[in-house]
Amino acid sequence: MADTKTGETTAKHYLELSGVASFYGKIQALNGISLFVDQGEIVTLIGSNGAGKSTTLKSISGLVTPKTGSIHFEGKEITQNPAHINAALGIAQVPEGRRIFPRLTVRENLRIGAFLEKNKKVITERMERVFSFFPRLKERLDQQGGTMSGGEQQMLAMGRALMMKPKLLMLDEPSMGLAPIIVEQIFDIIQQMNQEGMTILLVEQNAFQALQIANRGYVIQTGDIVLEGPCQDLLSNQQVRSAYLA
Amino acid sequence: MSQIIQLLPQVLVDGLTLGFVYAVVAIGYTMVYGILELINFAHGDIFMTGSFVGAGVLFTVMSMGFMSSAPTMVLFMIMILVAALITGVMGVGIERVAYRPLRKRNAPKLIALITSIGISFILEDAVRFIADWTTGNYIITTRPLFQHKFTIDFHSVFPFFNNATFQGSFLVVSIVTIIMLISLDLFVSKTKWGIAMRAVAQDRETASLMSINVNRVISVTFFIGSALGGATGVLFLIQYGTVDPYIGFILGIKAFTAAVLGGIGNIRGAMFGGILLGLLEMFAAANLSTITHGAMGSEYKDVFAFIILILVLIFKPEGLFGKATIEKV
Repeated sequence: MADTKTGETTAKHYLELSGVASFYGKIQALNGISLFVDQGEIVTLIGSNGAGKSTTLKSISGLVTPKTGSIHFEGKEITQNPAHINAALGIAQVPEGRRIFPRLTVRENLRIGAFLEKNKKVITERMERVFSFFPRLKERLDQQGGTMSGGEQQMLAMGRALMMKPKLLMLDEPSMGLAPIIVEQIFDIIQQMNQEGMTILLVEQNAFQALQIANRGYVIQTGDIVLEGPCQDLLSNQQVRSAYLA
Repeated sequence: MSQIIQLLPQVLVDGLTLGFVYAVVAIGYTMVYGILELINFAHGDIFMTGSFVGAGVLFTVMSMGFMSSAPTMVLFMIMILVAALITGVMGVGIERVAYRPLRKRNAPKLIALITSIGISFILEDAVRFIADWTTGNYIITTRPLFQHKFTIDFHSVFPFFNNATFQGSFLVVSIVTIIMLISLDLFVSKTKWGIAMRAVAQDRETASLMSINVNRVISVTFFIGSALGGATGVLFLIQYGTVDPYIGFILGIKAFTAAVLGGIGNIRGAMFGGILLGLLEMFAAANLSTITHGAMGSEYKDVFAFIILILVLIFKPEGLFGKATIEKV
């Protein structure tokens, strides 16, 4: 349907977007952005409200289908895939606002994360791994998701994504609306997951904290990538400092 | 007053029979509403189609010489399974052809509602045409399958009660309904697909991020709801003996009412609402004349049932089992 322009025939990076333009109805949210994530990296995408951060993640996960451009994951083109196919390929998105299932219990929320896994033993093992990151969830197993605090819901949303045993974990504003001490914990855990080999794409408004744990960063502004580079460079960049770190 | 009490055992038996039918049909409405926020008005006609498929199977089997002496129970099992399978597939087909294209284009929910009314008319006329064409009459009466009469002797234990009488079909309807209700409840609360169904109902987009194929879950929902509705059509047929292509309309409205009474979208609510509505209706049918000193007869039973419904909804608009969970954002 779309006149997909693929500049290169093969993608060199683990995840690679080239010239991705996405729309919500008639409103263009991304004007053809290119970015990449290599295996084992933490890459962060920072920018203000409405810049197109969430749309970028949704275009990768398949919740939004790009009009033009291409997205490759592990060398395969995934541009037109629906979300459930991309999830099965190992791309997990922890959506903005957690979006846990409010009337499922914590246990059911976690179980549904491993929807495709049939082996009960594997599911139990993954659950134990989730508890090693978030011991609090173990105490709340039979509580309904919607009755938990914001921080607990964020932990559940991340735990639910881990149940998929993803290859790429995309987090959309994990710090939103949380107390500073909880944000600290969440970022520690993100780093810990990365040290265990997880590739992470982190979207944040909380630019300072994101740039401190990431390897590389992109700055997005009204649908365009305006800056990119190693985080140290971005942290010392005058433009970034005045716009996002003030 | 004593007359009302005397009749209670019979009201209970008749009310439960009708209530079970409402309960299972209400589940079909509530499941589809829970997952799509669509009032699928065609569902009552799926129920009706099930009763005709059951009658068709009965006539076909009876006309096959070697099968005509088959035990009634076997005959009944074949009727109910064939009807459930055919209506289940029909439900999935209707969703594919009529509702899914609308969903894909983000059509307003009202459009899907109107479409379901259209499907409802199509089903009524298609069944009428086929029945008329094959049997010469669109009102079908079958021979009673379970006509053995039972009497429960309430009177000798509790002298203020009259006895209750019922046919064997009451037992069959009750047992089959209870099996269906319990299996569905276990399916929805315990199995992976049941959890997926609830997840899709709560947040379709996020469910797809969990590698759940949302369209497949919707198909499964339509299959289960429609198969249960169709099977209940067969129960209706063996209980009341006569069916016509328009029984789905009023029964569908009442089952939908039962679903709202229990809290739309809530499966246990639909079960409870259905049984409650059946009991209320039969209570009114038996006693309205006594209560009003002859001013109103049993034909006003629906008014009575709906007044109760309105009263419940005024004080509890979310229905008896409506979502009570506080959701934090």
